[in-house]
Amino acid sequence: MIMPNNVNTTNSVTKFRQDFAIIANWLKFGSKLLDLGCGDGELLQFLRGSLEVKGYGVEKDDANVLACIKNNINVIQMDLEDGLSGFENQSFDTVVLSQTLQAMHNTEKIVLEMLRVGKEVIVTFPNFGYWRNRWQITTGRMPVSKTLPYQWYDTPNVHLCTINDFNEFCRNHQIEIIQRKVITDSKEVNFMPNILGNLAIYRLKSR
Amino acid sequence: MQEDNSIGIVAPQIAHFDTPLALKCGKVLPQFDLVFETYGTLNASRSNAVLICHALSGNHHVAGKYSENDKYPGWWDNLIGPGKPLDTNQFFVIGLNNLGGCHGSTGPKSMRPDSNKPWGADFPIVTVEDWVNSQARLLDYLGITKLAAVVGGSLGGMQALEWTITYPDRVDHALVIASAPNLTAQNMAFNEVARQAIITDPEFYGGNYYEHQAVPRRGLRIARMLGHITYLSDDVMGEKFGRKLRDQIKYSFDVEFEMESYLRYQGDKFAGEFDANTYIRMTRALDYYDPALRYGGDLTQALSGTKAKFLVLSFTSDWRFSPARSREIVKALLDNERNVSYAEITAAHGHDAFLMPDQHYHAILRNYISNITTGDDYAK
Repeated sequence: MIMPNNVNTTNSVTKFRQDFAIIANWLKFGSKLLDLGCGDGELLQFLRGSLEVKGYGVEKDDANVLACIKNNINVIQMDLEDGLSGFENQSFDTVVLSQTLQAMHNTEKIVLEMLRVGKEVIVTFPNFGYWRNRWQITTGRMPVSKTLPYQWYDTPNVHLCTINDFNEFCRNHQIEIIQRKVITDSKEVNFMPNILGNLAIYRLKSR
Repeated sequence: MQEDNSIGIVAPQIAHFDTPLALKCGKVLPQFDLVFETYGTLNASRSNAVLICHALSGNHHVAGKYSENDKYPGWWDNLIGPGKPLDTNQFFVIGLNNLGGCHGSTGPKSMRPDSNKPWGADFPIVTVEDWVNSQARLLDYLGITKLAAVVGGSLGGMQALEWTITYPDRVDHALVIASAPNLTAQNMAFNEVARQAIITDPEFYGGNYYEHQAVPRRGLRIARMLGHITYLSDDVMGEKFGRKLRDQIKYSFDVEFEMESYLRYQGDKFAGEFDANTYIRMTRALDYYDPALRYGGDLTQALSGTKAKFLVLSFTSDWRFSPARSREIVKALLDNERNVSYAEITAAHGHDAFLMPDQHYHAILRNYISNITTGDDYAK
């Protein structure tokens, strides 16, 4: 998990992250879900009760794998940078990569792998085009914020992008955007999302 | 008061079976004994039983001691006991010696029922499937319909896997540790060298050494030395022995390096207590196990009838049962949408790591096992 778990949210599911409720809305009851970079399994726990999702998490970190097992979440320990070779084509209804994309080295490869394994893909990432980030850069500093809580020298984030960048990525890779939501502090942003939104949530499939 | 959460003093029991057991090789065992031990208490609904399947050289003495002064507790004592990862306050744990063994279950050195000679070379070649069938008989004997879990490492992991295939309704959880869905050619090659060491020992007498009052000690010793090399990693051997000399170089073929001393000690110890006919049969059981074979090599098909929840574990430095082999099992389970978790434990000790009390490894086991619910839990 790249983001800290204690992001403040104003909605009712304060224990969970602000993108979870939107992800839950895009899933069918009883669907088969793969959550990449699942942390301690909080998304799968969040979904377990309400949607009876058949879920599996993928995690690299020992402590997170242990936490998943403790939380009774199916977890597969592997490194996403190696791709998803243990998973068959189109074997999941949805593959989720929640706030991990920006920390991947093989960013392009993992998105294409997700589209191979999942009928649908949900990707969430912090929007680097958010006005506070832009403002901090104009003041001559690298952005540090709630969605980007690291200093330049200790950040795991190596592939930050803006909403416009990601739109172009989808266009160039024959990826269809089924739905997109942009939020700031749990509130949906419809006006100038690449400036006013700090978290982007995309629902994708192969064209 | 027992120190270190030991289950304390334990004693083996023997179950005798008069109903013939048809073996995979086509032969039939008319009757047989299984020696076993149990730890903890079977609950009222008989739903808290956990079966431990042993590996190549294991036996029924899994935990506890035989006397106060017993220096060597059971082979997986670090896992099993009150308050240990497999908690005997909660579970009824069963360990047994497999058929063909040499620790009290019917095997090559047992007397034939139809004569007063030991079975020797005539004892059939038993398989993982045969063991699982005989273990099911033991459960019947104990009045247990369904296991809360079956646990095994290495060859024991193959038995745990086979339980979920042959008796899908009799097992809730399978813990498959440092195992594989079959052996690779290289892995089988080690077994063949071990067997050849035994079989070509002049004291082997074609497997009928008992009647010659002989023991193929040299063969067994070399087989075990070879085994030990493959159970350790290069790193851990380097760390443990390196190029350390016992004294100084003597330009001889005596024991000069510490590593040689270790291997000879392990070989001698084993040759003094293990039966050669059992050893060659155990390695054959390893070679033959291949549940996908019946499905044209398709492991996904082979596991399609399983119902258990799985925990699959491997160890990074284990090259005899490598993580890649465990991932094959995981993939086949995922293809079948089974509940499965997989952890790859970072460990230096090679294949032997599954018997070590590594903190993270035991934390994984403890947390997984603590989520296993038994019939009595539902009743609460």
